[in-house]
Amino acid sequence: MAESQIQNFALNFGPQHPAAHGVLRLVLEMDGEIVERADPHIGLLHRGTEKLIEYKTYLQAVPYFDRLDYVAPMSQEHAFALAIEKLLGIVVPPRAQYIRVLFAEISRILSHILNITTMALDVGAMTPLLWGFEEREKLMEFYERASGARLHAAYFRPGGVHMDLPDGLTDDILAFCDSFPAHLDDVETLLSDNRIFRQRTVDIGVCSASDAIDWGFTGPMLRASDVAWDLRKAQPYDAYDRVDFDVPVGKTGDCYARYLVRMEEMRQSLRIMRQSIDELPGGPVTVDDHKIVPPRRAEMKHSMEALIHHFKLYTEGYHVPAGETYTAVEAPKGEFGVYVVSDGTNRPYRCKIRAPAFAHLQGLDFLAKGHMLADVVAIIGSLDIVFGEIDR
Amino acid sequence: MDERSERLEALNELGSYIRVLLPDDVLGVVLANGELTVSVRRQAIVQVLTALRDDTNCRMHQLIDICGVDYPERAERFEVVYQLLSMRQNHRVRVKLSTDAETPVPSVTSVYSAAGWWERETWDLYGVLFSGHPDLRRILTDYGFEGHPLRKDFPLTGYVEVRYDDEQKRVVYEPVKLDQEFRNFDFLSPWEGAEAMRQAMPGSGDGDGEGDG
Repeated sequence: MAESQIQNFALNFGPQHPAAHGVLRLVLEMDGEIVERADPHIGLLHRGTEKLIEYKTYLQAVPYFDRLDYVAPMSQEHAFALAIEKLLGIVVPPRAQYIRVLFAEISRILSHILNITTMALDVGAMTPLLWGFEEREKLMEFYERASGARLHAAYFRPGGVHMDLPDGLTDDILAFCDSFPAHLDDVETLLSDNRIFRQRTVDIGVCSASDAIDWGFTGPMLRASDVAWDLRKAQPYDAYDRVDFDVPVGKTGDCYARYLVRMEEMRQSLRIMRQSIDELPGGPVTVDDHKIVPPRRAEMKHSMEALIHHFKLYTEGYHVPAGETYTAVEAPKGEFGVYVVSDGTNRPYRCKIRAPAFAHLQGLDFLAKGHMLADVVAIIGSLDIVFGEIDR
Repeated sequence: MDERSERLEALNELGSYIRVLLPDDVLGVVLANGELTVSVRRQAIVQVLTALRDDTNCRMHQLIDICGVDYPERAERFEVVYQLLSMRQNHRVRVKLSTDAETPVPSVTSVYSAAGWWERETWDLYGVLFSGHPDLRRILTDYGFEGHPLRKDFPLTGYVEVRYDDEQKRVVYEPVKLDQEFRNFDFLSPWEGAEAMRQAMPGSGDGDGEGDG
């Protein structure tokens, strides 16, 4: 057989590819079927969120946060609400804190279900997706009952949460907490010991602890590499210092460890949800300051002052004292932070959004190096990327 | 509350420690809102971050974020802000420097691998140059985009819009045409404006402060 010249070639993956989880364009330099270099081209979903926020009042900026990581919308609002509350120097009442923790954990389950099941789909298992989405639908119903919207909730607002929970919602969430572990078990029987799933994920995309820290990984990506770091424990916000939960840690840092960490985190989330419902205190769900939080509808029917407050809040908004803050929460995908610079007016001067998956996707190059093309798909699945927050 | 004041005290100590550790490079240390901000000389950023990462009292092992902020009225209009996290000490430190559109900032990719994309983003959105960056391409904006959209003098509506042209069978770029002028309301309160006027004109206050409008 004649000798032939072999050379590397570039392979274009996406932007429209079912395993790209959105609009990821990946330029892969291949040596045969081995990936030499992965160069993600992002920004295809760039909407200029940070620029838009600079032109909106603080309250109008809240819904933009739902549209970042649209898989777990309330976690993003949480970071923004906490940042503004820090600048305003207010602390929300205990009931609001517990409601926020409850819904932040619902968001975590929403996100992890989507991630685990779509990752399983990418490596060949279709059933978990069908089962998981049925459960997601129930959770989104809880979202809807609390906020009026399945996805873009705008529920966590600076000063508390928008409305109190409707009657009976907590009972239904408790019923969900009782029934959901069985579904988790079902998914685990399908995946955890499945030969194909393990062949596709074990020892794929291994990330050491020092690499994970150096590359700015957070959340399950970091914990799967044996770093026990969770902002809910280390820098607790709202009611997280009053609930009891464990932080699962993976030992191997591969795709399989990330899957295991996320599975266990869902069980821990259920624990937190139960506790926050059991300990849910009474009282108001917003701070008692109508310069920040609008008055109730009923009050506006007879109080002129309430009407004025309402009008002022929805036209001018409130002024935030000059200053700056970086406030972060443990979102399902990792550390989600906002860096807000206020100049004392009714609009943010600068609002930088720190998306966890931005750092994770950057690490794809070193994670994928030396792997087969098909493994890149498994790695992307385990990174848990959502383009709403990466491209902003 | 005790825990909180302890944390503040620890951050305060860390601030003075950093000042002593890097006397020539640190321009100022501010503790505000319970967060520590260190301003440094632009040329020294690599040494500062290396020191903060490796010093046993700081251990800022993780770079969380890099971003730009634009202050057009300043002589050096851009601020580049680095957010650092120490998992060991459970501290956060914000490092700041200032630059303008021409002067490059030394890249910190040699200190933290994670810096690469954030520096690209800062270049893309603000036009801050980074010297020594291995691959300083645009990252978020379109291929062939011109300008730096997060600068304060860049209009919110942008300059070009795209559409699919049926005759040419491709996407074409055209100047932005708005059916309605972009509306930017000045909501700053006339009531508070009156407050400022009262202060500016002593003697005219006190009387009927509520009666304007």
